[in-house]
Amino acid sequence: MTISEWSDGAAPAGSGGAAPARPPGDALLKVTGLRKHFPIKKGLFQRQVGAVRAVDELDFEVWPGETLGVVGESGCGKSTMGRLITRLLEPSAGTVEFEGTDITHLGVAGMRPLRRDVQMIFQDPYSSLNPRHTIGTIVGAPFALQHVSPRGGVKKEVQRLLSVVGLNPEHYNRYPHEFSGGQRQRIGIARALALKPKLVVADEPVSALDVSIQAQVVNLLDDLQQELGLTYVIIAHDLSVVRHVSDRIAVMYLGKIVELADRDSLYKAPMHPYTKALMSAVPIPDPRRKHAKNDRILLSGDVPSPISPPSGCRFHTRCWKATERCGTTEPPLLELLPGRRVACHHPENIEAEAARGG
Amino acid sequence: MLAYLTRRLFAAAVMLVVIIMVVFCIFFLVPEWAGVDIASSFVGKQADPGAVAAVREKLGLGDPIHIQVWEFFKGIFAGRTYAAGGEVTHCAAPCFGYSFRSEQAVWPVLTDRLPVTLGLALGAAVLWVIVGVAAGVLSALKRGSLWDRGAMVVALAGVSLPIYFTGLLSLAVFAFGLKWLNAQYVPLGESFTGWLGGMILPWITLAFLYAAMYARITRATMLEVLGEDYIRTARAKGLREHTVVGKHAMRSTMTPLLTMLGMDLGALIGGAILTESTFNLPGLGRAVLDATRNQDLPIVLGVTLITSLAVLLANLAVDVLYAVIDPRVRLA
Amino acid sequence: MTAFLDVRDLKVHFPTDDGLVKSVDGLSFQLEKGRTLGIVGESGSGKSVTSLGIMGLHTAGQYGRRKARISGEIWLDGTELLSADPDHVRRLRGREMAMIFQDPLSALHPYYTIGKQIVEAYRIHHRVESKAARRRAVEMLDRVGIPQPDKRVDSYPHEFSGGMRQRAMIAMSLVNNPELLIADEPTTALDVTVQAQILDLIRDLQKEFGSAVIIITHDLGVVAELADDILVMYGGRCVERGPADEVFHEPRHPYTWGLLGSMPRLDRDQQERLIPVKGSPPSLINLPSGCAFNPRCPYADVPKDDVTRTIRPELTEVGGRHWAACHLSAEQQKRIWNEEIAPQL
Repeated sequence: MTISEWSDGAAPAGSGGAAPARPPGDALLKVTGLRKHFPIKKGLFQRQVGAVRAVDELDFEVWPGETLGVVGESGCGKSTMGRLITRLLEPSAGTVEFEGTDITHLGVAGMRPLRRDVQMIFQDPYSSLNPRHTIGTIVGAPFALQHVSPRGGVKKEVQRLLSVVGLNPEHYNRYPHEFSGGQRQRIGIARALALKPKLVVADEPVSALDVSIQAQVVNLLDDLQQELGLTYVIIAHDLSVVRHVSDRIAVMYLGKIVELADRDSLYKAPMHPYTKALMSAVPIPDPRRKHAKNDRILLSGDVPSPISPPSGCRFHTRCWKATERCGTTEPPLLELLPGRRVACHHPENIEAEAARGG
Repeated sequence: MLAYLTRRLFAAAVMLVVIIMVVFCIFFLVPEWAGVDIASSFVGKQADPGAVAAVREKLGLGDPIHIQVWEFFKGIFAGRTYAAGGEVTHCAAPCFGYSFRSEQAVWPVLTDRLPVTLGLALGAAVLWVIVGVAAGVLSALKRGSLWDRGAMVVALAGVSLPIYFTGLLSLAVFAFGLKWLNAQYVPLGESFTGWLGGMILPWITLAFLYAAMYARITRATMLEVLGEDYIRTARAKGLREHTVVGKHAMRSTMTPLLTMLGMDLGALIGGAILTESTFNLPGLGRAVLDATRNQDLPIVLGVTLITSLAVLLANLAVDVLYAVIDPRVRLA
Repeated sequence: MTAFLDVRDLKVHFPTDDGLVKSVDGLSFQLEKGRTLGIVGESGSGKSVTSLGIMGLHTAGQYGRRKARISGEIWLDGTELLSADPDHVRRLRGREMAMIFQDPLSALHPYYTIGKQIVEAYRIHHRVESKAARRRAVEMLDRVGIPQPDKRVDSYPHEFSGGMRQRAMIAMSLVNNPELLIADEPTTALDVTVQAQILDLIRDLQKEFGSAVIIITHDLGVVAELADDILVMYGGRCVERGPADEVFHEPRHPYTWGLLGSMPRLDRDQQERLIPVKGSPPSLINLPSGCAFNPRCPYADVPKDDVTRTIRPELTEVGGRHWAACHLSAEQQKRIWNEEIAPQL
């Protein structure tokens, strides 16, 4: 059984008619002004004394069939963002539209049909699988939850899913602890794919895995996308992994998107100083370049706390190009060049890129 | 640190008021609602209605509830005056009322008995902390050895054998059989050695139970702590093993023990009922047992309040010590 | 004349209920002062156990009857550590050899201030008054780039950020000027921009102190930044060892090829596809017979007579100071790398 046969195969019973008609070229997911603040409560009466501004005013869209990579350091809000767009968390403000439908404040019942279309893959393949269930039960659970009966029965479908992700279908009755980390992540992927989702949000899908296993899972995600026409949002801290898997990339810093661009131009000529610093910080696996590291930008200090982010541009405290204006006025995320959005008062590479583009 | 202390103190004060209210409700209001007449339980079952009415008036049982609560509070903090039919009695603070049976004021009865219980609880606590923690640490360090298995079997016995069994057994062997020790309680004021002789068996009996529990917790916590990364760091610095265990590991092991000690001590100060009755010690536990048999409400109420206060104070002490030991607590 | 650090046929085995776990199984290497050795491997390859073995910490925390078994020889500056008096080794620990750990939050005691922990490390090995030791602690904190060291010395670990904690950890390990510094995944728990700062710091400090450094990591980028020599471990054994430049540009072992092919690289044009190593890392209780890598090796059938499955390959010199443990002949290794692997990377 190949992947394409599976994708052409039976639509799950009860999945209803086609998706609502929409003009071609519409975004699969559209996020506007998305915000999530976690209140901090203190004292005897649990007064709110502040908020962790995990995600602040995000605007972006995900086009069908593409992979949007989201990259940033710890505390930048990328995981919160993932949980907001899959509606595992309730946004504080803003809207999330999936296929033109506003899903921002849908309840559990309202989200149910949507859970079929939007799936999530988690970081830790050890804790995201229930150790007391067989992998057959784990991968088959979405069918039971959504009251879907696949053609040929749940067991047959699950075994087909297992072979799609490169696991032995005969291991249907084994328990998670009998599998290695990489295999468990494949189980997680099989579970996410069970209901033929349109959008898969993967939060650090390979960062808990060994290098050689990472590559297996990255390639698997790649294959599945090509053959099943999936759309991915892949959240990761590893810039080289993100570059490898993404078509477009959003760079986040302290709850904000600072730059959003297609992969090649972002990596060739980053425009936001933070993107530039982030990329130059990645150690290059080539000892010959060890002594030619003058182009590395060493940022000073650590990321500030998201409880009281710096005024103006949130990066200005660590930025070597910061001016007075950066400390007072927050730069909006503007499309400086076609397809390249940057939130910076003093973007890098702008002339060169403009010349190249024109 | 100061803010933390203030917060804890304030919380404890609020808690104290709540406890007094709840205790009052349980002892005075619930019986009324349930149709039990407190006044007639004071006077006796065959009392004439006039006497019952007089008692009702004297105790203020007919007053509106908020007056009753107020009087009760006032009694505890400022003293109160009982007046009935021209007969006026002043009860000085802290006033928990008068015993229904002996008609003595409750507070002096309790303060008479408190030292006995305090001596029992504190003495036993010293014993069980030393023995329990030492046994637990040794077991952790020699995990799987004969010592460890032996100690854990003894600890299991200690946890499961009831006080009246170990207590009576030790009495039978050491006091009546071998006649090494005195089975009679002698107040500390009369003779120190007499007091010591009388207390040794109760201490050991009570400490056996708790030492067993503490040994098990110490062993488990110590094993967990010894696996921590910072213990490996301490070794990597070149520290001697006894410093690693005795200083770095011990400090972390102490935190859960401290919580337990606070709880246990607080509860025991309200009376170790089984130990006190087994060894015939005139402590609070005995008082409450006798009072329950005699339906002597004010005594039971007094002991209940003292116990609550002791638990409250012990917890406050634990909170403060916690903040001293673990700097992260000071922020919370 | 032996090297400053000379490890010979080191074995560290752990008895468990399921069998004997051979975490390190016959490892040898040398390291001179002023040089950095990078030990690379995946989880379970034995790289961390090796470092604990050198420090004499492999049995630490193992109370009870089933102790780790260690054999072989570890020569540090002319002293053999495994046969030496344990108290002597203890006194070398922290003074002659020090260690930095992966997660600085859990590696620092949460109840003591940073200053106290550094002072303690100093005073174990130096008879000085606490005031002098405190000055030394402040000086070290300053040296590793902690702002306001005279104030921060009294902070607790939870009051530091991740990067600052790792700096404090480094200050603590260098307080006695150790001749050997072992850094076990020193930047894995840190963000990329902070990692760059810490790598920079380690490099500077090594220049200044001239110690021998072992850096243990799974990240090929990190070793390329720091290491002069690289040792690749697989299944508790060394599969390849040599100068960093050669290991990256003329690797000889198929596992090293696999590692290089598995990682997406920012310094190259976008690869179409990664070249993963098939299968999963081996069980350390039942290592595959012959070459431990044979079930995952695409070239296992190239050598004749099934030797890859029956005979354990010895480390053999394939170039100046460059060794590999592989049954492929040196010519085959060169040809496969140049013709099949390198063009794809």
